[in-house]
Amino acid sequence: MNLLKRFMHRCRRKSPSLFHLNTGSCNGCDIEMLTCLSPRYDVEQLGIHLEGSPRHADILCITGPVTRNTLEAVKTVYSQVCEPKAVVALGSCPGSCNVFAGSPVIVGPLSKYIPVDVFVPGCPPHPDAIIAGIQRAAEILADRGVSEKAKGEPQR
Amino acid sequence: MNTSPWIHLFLFPGLLFAVPASWFYVWGERKATARMQRRIGPPLLQPLYDLVKLFGKRTPSRHGFEANLLRLWPALSVLSMVGAIAMLPVFPGGRGFTGDAIILVALLEIPSVCFILAGFTSGSVFAEIGAIREAILSVACNVVFLLSIVTIAVSGRSFRLADLATVSLNPGHWIGVFGILLCIPAKLRINPFSTSSAEQEIYSGSLTEYAGAALAMWELSHGLEWVALTGFVATLVVPASGPWWLHAIQFVVISFAEVLLLTTLASATGRFTLERSIRFYWRWAAILAMLSISASIYMRFLS
Repeated sequence: MNLLKRFMHRCRRKSPSLFHLNTGSCNGCDIEMLTCLSPRYDVEQLGIHLEGSPRHADILCITGPVTRNTLEAVKTVYSQVCEPKAVVALGSCPGSCNVFAGSPVIVGPLSKYIPVDVFVPGCPPHPDAIIAGIQRAAEILADRGVSEKAKGEPQR
Repeated sequence: MNTSPWIHLFLFPGLLFAVPASWFYVWGERKATARMQRRIGPPLLQPLYDLVKLFGKRTPSRHGFEANLLRLWPALSVLSMVGAIAMLPVFPGGRGFTGDAIILVALLEIPSVCFILAGFTSGSVFAEIGAIREAILSVACNVVFLLSIVTIAVSGRSFRLADLATVSLNPGHWIGVFGILLCIPAKLRINPFSTSSAEQEIYSGSLTEYAGAALAMWELSHGLEWVALTGFVATLVVPASGPWWLHAIQFVVISFAEVLLLTTLASATGRFTLERSIRFYWRWAAILAMLSISASIYMRFLS
């Protein structure tokens, strides 16, 4: 790995931008995720920040068991995030549909539709666990940026 | 000091100074906000990491006239800011020509125009809302901005930047500086006048559809806007006498102090609605600006 690639790897690892997508969550995980931005946890010291648009993001944080209505939104937003990117499934819902499993309006789990890199289980997960998950995703994303070529172009 | 224009453009206060300074100012803004909220805040190199990371993103390939326009706006914005920074009369007795203040004002306005055009070019609904908000706010704050500059020019009896940069005891000069300071939050799109780039409501406004290198250029342009606008005010308040290196140090220190002042304002206030922002500029600031310009013209006739 030459010097330029190593520097780019470091920049990607140190500056993960998040886009937060709720796919029918009960809001528990969303509140825990926003707690990470508060003075007690302060994720900005790790370079993590929330972005308003999926185009600006590197890591997609998805909460909720994926309802029928939100499925298309998940696919669209995933394709709008530019490569290299990573997906973090926050809470038990995206992984297993949790208590909503078997409901006719739930089409999850999330990994049936898009590749998930990090699962952060918990109902809701602790903010420390969320931060650890995002950091792991940032490392995966940085490694992916160095090793892989673009799999496909993001949707226009 | 009669320095070459190439030094102004490429060394100080041009590219070699302005780009690292823009990172430092953006870092200062984020760190100061964090400290005021009792957080630790980002590391010193964070703006550099953010920028380099954006250059490394693989963006969707767009073709055609609109795609070229979308790439043109941030580039134009960065170039105009570099030009504006190079024109700042940092050193005493520098070059310049009659009326260069008008060119500086025009260059300072280009990023805002590019931001509006970028919103309309990208075709996204959120971007168009952001562009409309920016256009309305820009009209409102520019009335005050232009009147303030004319007030300073009338008090200094010149439209040449090097003449305006000499501090006078004339109250018109200081009212003009105060008027410019009032307009800077709206020009930089920071709180309380950040409706046009509200990330929670309209997905970052005009920049919604931007990604990768083009977005990085916008980030760079925003950093350079910080340097240009705070630097412009700094040149107006630095005393004229003293060696050139003292001027350079005073320029940097006063600019950074302004960054901290604006950050304090931004973190102490919430986001105004568009209506409230316009009301502030038209009702209060414009009246102040009208009074100050009338007073300056009257005092000029008296003397």
